[in-house]
Amino acid sequence: MVRRTDFDMGLNQLRELLIKMGTRMDEALKEAVESLKTADLVKAEEVIRRDGELNVLEEEILELGSQLIITQQPVAKDLRRIIVAFKISSDLERMGDLARDIAKVTVRLDGQTTVKPLVDIPHMAGIASSMISESLRSYMDENTDLAYKMAKDDDEVDELYGSMLRELYALLLEKPEAAPQMMLLQMVGRYIERIADHATNIGENVVFLVTGHRPDLNS
Amino acid sequence: MEPIIRTEKLDLYYEQFHALKNVNLDIPEKAATAFIGPSGCGKSTLLRTLNRMNDQIAGTRIEGLVSLAGDDIYDKNMEVESLRKRVGMVFQQPNPFPKSIYENVAYGPRLKGISKKQELDEIVEESLKQAALWDEVKDLQKHSAFGLSGGQQQRLCIARALAVKPDVLLMDESTSALDPISTAKIEELIREIKHRYTIVMVTHNMHQAARVSDKTVFFLNGEVIEAAETKTLFSTPEDSRTEDYISGRFG
Repeated sequence: MVRRTDFDMGLNQLRELLIKMGTRMDEALKEAVESLKTADLVKAEEVIRRDGELNVLEEEILELGSQLIITQQPVAKDLRRIIVAFKISSDLERMGDLARDIAKVTVRLDGQTTVKPLVDIPHMAGIASSMISESLRSYMDENTDLAYKMAKDDDEVDELYGSMLRELYALLLEKPEAAPQMMLLQMVGRYIERIADHATNIGENVVFLVTGHRPDLNS
Repeated sequence: MEPIIRTEKLDLYYEQFHALKNVNLDIPEKAATAFIGPSGCGKSTLLRTLNRMNDQIAGTRIEGLVSLAGDDIYDKNMEVESLRKRVGMVFQQPNPFPKSIYENVAYGPRLKGISKKQELDEIVEESLKQAALWDEVKDLQKHSAFGLSGGQQQRLCIARALAVKPDVLLMDESTSALDPISTAKIEELIREIKHRYTIVMVTHNMHQAARVSDKTVFFLNGEVIEAAETKTLFSTPEDSRTEDYISGRFG
């Protein structure tokens, strides 16, 4: 077997950048939700400030992948490995923006205690966080089983978001004065639900990488 | 796409060497088919089998069927000369005759018995246009073909092959001796003419196969490993040996 050393090294670098991006994204989500739970403005500002790191990593992935396409002219699965890295980095970048938006909600709440203890949001965020690591593992291992499992996790997040909306609506009737805060919390639920959708996109891309065909796991 | 060339259970031996093994292949009409594979895989052997160029190699033995539009080309009644009018060939190195540009192209039609100047003029012009050479040589037709660049000479050879209106044009590594611009011109002309002729090309340049062919056939050790629509073969090959080869991980 001829080894394409330069190319294989390039693909490994690409994987490392994606892992770095995914790890940072996961931290950002956890920190943003933690900042919301504990009304920690310092932590929230930190998440907002560090969002730029994800943008830089996305640029690096685009640059390295483009170089590999130009210099190595990959085909078939090798080409899909790069196309999929582009797609995943763009999903992770968007997920990072959403984590930043959660931290912005912490800032807007400005230390207020929430009208009810946050239960669903941390629960949803926990599932989304495991989906992020699963999505990256499915890419690294080119494992479609994990990708399909994530579609189920995504359904669970969607259901939690639905029940959270119903609960907020009931609370809204009880405590209309807390409407502005509830709208912000509703947005956080929406952000996490979107993060889980992006993780599911990553799973779809892994299926494409392995099979060459695109499933729709988000429907 | 209807097949115009079909091989069935084709085996070819050079003395003891089993060069083609049980090749069953359909080549679609009026489309470009590319043969790819490592050196010695049998792709050029099969190409030469399609117009009986292997007949000249002593010790060659063929079993099985090769048909062109339903005619068995190895039938004892098949005349090789008439077969080669139907199946033209362009080689790796341009090989124009030591004649004028015009005479190179008019040579085949003259052999077919066409002698009227006006008719020959028309054939020469049409053939040179199809070979994307007309604009460059229309005022130089009496000049020697050797005055042309390598890329122009190769297009002249294509014009010469097209002048006898073949059904099939075989191209054996026909751009490998050319620079990228000449190569691009020939690839462009293949794209232009493949709707009118059946083109079968052997190439070591996989990206060329991907760019211009409709169907790609991957050979290994005398066997057809995979034959598929080009975009399928280069995106989702079925056989791991095909994937290894096109990914440059083979060997």
